Amino acid sequence: MFRWIVARDLTLAWRRRADVLSTLFFFVIVVSLFPLGIGPEMQLLRSIAPGVVWVAALLASMLSLNRVFANDYQDGTLEQMLLTPQPLYLVVLGKVFAQWLVAEVPLVLIAPLLGVQFDLAPNALIILFVSLLMGTPVLSLIGSIGAALTLGLRGGGVLIALLILPLYIPVLIFGAGAVDASIIGASPQANVYLLGAVLVISLVFAPWATSAALRISLE
Amino acid sequence: MLEVQNVGCVRGDRRLFDKINFSLTPGTVLHLTGPNGSGKTSLLRIICGLMAPEEGEIRWQGANIRSLAEEYFAAIIYIGHSIAVKEELTSLENLRISSGLAGIDVTRKEAYSVLGKMGLTGRENLAARLLSEGQRRRSALARLLTCRAPLWVLDEVLTSLDKAAVVLMKSLIEEHLSKGGLAVIATHQELNLSASSFQRLELAS
Repeated sequence: MFRWIVARDLTLAWRRRADVLSTLFFFVIVVSLFPLGIGPEMQLLRSIAPGVVWVAALLASMLSLNRVFANDYQDGTLEQMLLTPQPLYLVVLGKVFAQWLVAEVPLVLIAPLLGVQFDLAPNALIILFVSLLMGTPVLSLIGSIGAALTLGLRGGGVLIALLILPLYIPVLIFGAGAVDASIIGASPQANVYLLGAVLVISLVFAPWATSAALRISLE
Repeated sequence: MLEVQNVGCVRGDRRLFDKINFSLTPGTVLHLTGPNGSGKTSLLRIICGLMAPEEGEIRWQGANIRSLAEEYFAAIIYIGHSIAVKEELTSLENLRISSGLAGIDVTRKEAYSVLGKMGLTGRENLAARLLSEGQRRRSALARLLTCRAPLWVLDEVLTSLDKAAVVLMKSLIEEHLSKGGLAVIATHQELNLSASSFQRLELAS
C-alpha cells in the first residue's frame, strides 16, 4: 500500500514536471541572488551562507506544500485514501515521503554546488549537505500538518506559511548552526544530533497529527 | 449486515435529517431518494465513516463502525460525487492504483479485462483527462469489479452514463446482490432492479 502511494505520487510528479522544477529554480535563484547582491566579500559571504541556504530551503518547501493534499482533495482521491483498510498513518507517511523525494531531495543535491558561490570549504559543504538531508524530511513532515489543516480553505497558501514557518525555527537553528560550526572550525556534532532528534520526533508525531487533521478537514 | 440506528445529521445550523433507521441484510439494496440538499450524500458519507453522525450509530456485523475502523473500510467501496479518477493517469493506472490502495493488487491483464467489461476497450492507455465524463465514470466504476467488498455505497452513480452503461451498471448491481452483497445507492433515477429485497428510503427536504 505504501508502495502504491509512493509510486503513484512519483508518477503524478513526473507528469507535472513543471511544478517540481519551479521549486528547484526558486531555490537556486534565491540563493544565487545573495552573492550577486553583496559582491565579492568572501568573509561576509561565508558567514551568511548557512542562514541564506537554509532560509531559501524553508521558503522553497512552502511552495510545494500546498500541493501535497490539495489535488487529491479536489478530485476525491483523498476521500478514498481515508477509506483504505490500512492505517491512515501509513498513507500520510507515503505521501510525505514522495513529496520529500520530489520536492526536497533535488534541493539537497544542488545545495553543495550553490555553497561554492559563498566560498564554503569542502568540509562545510559536506555538513551543509548532511544537515539539509536530515532537516528537509522534517520540513515535509511538519509542513504536511499545515497542508492538511488548511485543506479547502481560501487563501490556504498564505495561511500555511503563517502556521508552519514558526514551527520550522528549530530546524533552521540546528541546521544552520551545524554549518556555522563547521565554518569556524568547531564540531557540528551537537547540532547534527539535535537535528536528528527533531527528525525522529517529527517522524513519530507529524503523520499522526496530519491524519487527525485530514479526518477533520474532510468531514 | 448493516444497521443504521437513529442516525441524525446537522450541517452548519441546519438539521438535515434525524432518526434514520434501517437495516440491510446480505442480498438487499437500499435506494435512497430525496430532493437536492436533503442530505443524501451526507447520509452516505456517514455510512462510510467519513463523517460522524450527530447522534445514533452505524453498526456492521453487530459492531459499531467507529470501533471497527480499518476492518470496516476493507468491507466497503464508496464511489462519491468526486469519482477519484486522476486526470494525469491512464484508465489502466487509475484502476490499478485505486485497487492497490484498497489493498488489492491487480495485474495488467486483469485490469485490461475489467476495463474491457466496462466498455473502455482501446482507451486503457489514454490519460483520463482525454476521456469524456461518461468514460471517466466508467473507469471509476471498474473498481467495483476488482475490489470484492460486500458493501457498495454509491452516490449518484448513474449520472452521465449512457443507456448501455446504465444497463451494464444495473446488471453489475444485480450480480453483486445475487452473490450476497449489500448496496446503498442514492440516485434520482429509477433503479428497477429485479432484486428480491429492495428497500426505499426517501429523505424529506
